[in-house]
Amino acid sequence: MRIVVLVKPVPDPASAGERLGPDGRLDRAAVPAVVNGNDEYVLEAALKLIEAAGEGEITLLSMAPTTAPETLRKALAMGATRGVHVTDPALAGSCAVSTATVLAKALGELEFDMVFAGIDSSDGLGGIVPAAVAAHLGLPYLSYAARIEPDMSKRTVRVRRISATGYYLLEAPLPAVIGGTQALGEPRYPSLKGIMAARNKEIVTRSLADLGLDGASVGGAAVTTAVLDNRMPPARAATEIVRGTPAEGATRIVDFLAERRII
Amino acid sequence: MGPLWVVAEPGAEGGLARISAEAATLARDLGASTGRDVIGIVIASDPAAAATELATYLPVVWAIADPAAAEHAWSAVAAGRIAALLAPDGKDVPEAPDAILIGAGADGRDLAGAVSALSGLGVLVNATSVTWTDAGPSVEMSVFGGKLITNSGFTGGRGIITIRPNVTTAVAADAPGRVEPRSVAGAASLPAVKVVERVSEAGVQASIEEARIIVAGGRGVGGPDGFEMVEQLAEALGGAVGATRAAVDSGWIPYSQQIGQTGKIVKPELYLALGISGAIQHKVGMRTSGAIVAVNRDADAPIAEFADIFVVGDLFEVGNALLEQLRARSG
Ligand SMILES: Cc1cc2nc3c(=O)[nH]c(=O)nc-3n(C[C@H](O)[C@H](O)[C@H](O)COP(=O)(O)OP(=O)(O)OC[C@H]3O[C@@H](n4cnc5c(N)ncnc54)[C@H](O)[C@@H]3O)c2cc1C
Ligand SMILES: Nc1ncnc2c1ncn2[C@@H]1O[C@H](COP(=O)(O)O)[C@@H](O)[C@H]1O
Repeated sequence: MRIVVLVKPVPDPASAGERLGPDGRLDRAAVPAVVNGNDEYVLEAALKLIEAAGEGEITLLSMAPTTAPETLRKALAMGATRGVHVTDPALAGSCAVSTATVLAKALGELEFDMVFAGIDSSDGLGGIVPAAVAAHLGLPYLSYAARIEPDMSKRTVRVRRISATGYYLLEAPLPAVIGGTQALGEPRYPSLKGIMAARNKEIVTRSLADLGLDGASVGGAAVTTAVLDNRMPPARAATEIVRGTPAEGATRIVDFLAERRII
Repeated sequence: MGPLWVVAEPGAEGGLARISAEAATLARDLGASTGRDVIGIVIASDPAAAATELATYLPVVWAIADPAAAEHAWSAVAAGRIAALLAPDGKDVPEAPDAILIGAGADGRDLAGAVSALSGLGVLVNATSVTWTDAGPSVEMSVFGGKLITNSGFTGGRGIITIRPNVTTAVAADAPGRVEPRSVAGAASLPAVKVVERVSEAGVQASIEEARIIVAGGRGVGGPDGFEMVEQLAEALGGAVGATRAAVDSGWIPYSQQIGQTGKIVKPELYLALGISGAIQHKVGMRTSGAIVAVNRDADAPIAEFADIFVVGDLFEVGNALLEQLRARSG
């Protein structure tokens, strides 16, 4: 079983410093990058499937700045087989349309039964790349996965897609693209052995030219969206700390809700 | 000058999703202020009911019947139809829209991604408001977990916009519009994904993304029984139940109710947090709520830094007192 996991390095959401540079693009130097939270969940799901099958391999695919291999090492330490890192100066500032085009092109060079992606990313700018990648490749897209069950003998996959009232059971032939959620289950911590092994795992670097793409049709020169301006959200008023009996606390809440016309 | 299209996501039992009514209202206002036509689009195996409902908000609704939508995931079916409507060399292709609006729910996002790939149009996601400039739409979004508000545009002047739930109130038009059945020639097709089964699960509650009031419980609630307090308060306030990952991972409440980085991002008028510390990964999902009220027995919990009211105390004691007072008010 061959699974490609799309891994997006994102600014660490636990840091306070995310900001845009003067060009309106994310200032990537300002904040350390981490693997997008949802990508760790889909990687975990991929690892479990390979373990259960007793065979297979996982390739990480990332389109990211030159610093990405540091971020990818952690995912390799969790147990992925190898990494493919697409990087090119022309890709700086890419929008989702370019990202999907480039990832789809890079996937065209890989062999896989399934492509896993996170359902969205914590920078709050996305959630559309996986569906776009699937459309480019002409592959079925199964999204909001809470469970992924491939049947390699029938070459199909079943996915539980979270719905408003429960779930939908989806089925499609392989190969397929799957967008997964946290409901897939908690990602493992890399073991010491895994961390050691990751140092020697291969990360292949691919440029736009390697993929047969040119910097005029994708990347920073071909953006479809641009930030016009940005501002900090209005500061919240200072917190009112209420101490006293439970009844006094409750009274203050009720009065506050009435003041705000919420009740 | 092109029109605005509003694509309706499928709602429960063939009806209109509330988020689509909100997107339609937003588009109608935008159309009125910029002099653009607004067209609603419903794609379903039987689009009649949703189309009639959408026409209460918009002057014109195209009803596109596609039998494939009955037993297949909606977004691939709908994306093929929308792409065909946009096809530059297609037959009977309507005037190209300046913006395609859709709710930022699961189906809306899937559709936006697929249509973007098929058409090359850019996408701006989770809009909190949309205005118009000389260069086309200007879309306000909240990014980095609410740390920054941006306005963005499309370099080509047109694109796809997903609208966050609850940023506008759905208001019907003065007079209902007309529904026009429409067939789409040469639908660009994406591989279909079969829906084998639709399963309803007990314990899944009202959608937190659409709720105006959320009462959320964290690890401090202590267990599934403790969530009864959260549920009773939600009921008394007419709100939905939310949770932290700690509560979800403990199996006290389904993942559908989780708020935060890997859960849902919500913006209710009131967020009442019980036994929640306010970790950054939770905060990014709720920090833009209108009012934040927290009950926590630890006065040093991080949520004290961004709540409007922070009651130091036991959530069960304060919760019971609150229930009593709320019931006294309404009774
Ligand atoms: C990649 C990643 C993604 C994550 N995504 C999310 C996410 O989407 N959503 C999310 O919520 N978290 C997420 N987390 C987890 C997050 O870091 C916190 O662990 C989690 O939010 C803590 O939940 P909590 O506030 O319920 O629990 P705790 O932090 O344990 O807080 C419990 C609070 O309850 C109080 N308390 C206890 N008993 C009582 C009582 N009787 N009365 C009053 N107060 C009481 C305590 O004082 C404490 O402040 C994520 C973490 C990671 C690493
Ligand atoms: N630059 C990228 N490199 C690799 N994977 C990506 C990239 N951008 C997005 N993805 C994948 O698509 C998912 C959703 O991303 P987004 O649409 O940007 O929110 C991520 O969780 C990744 O799995």
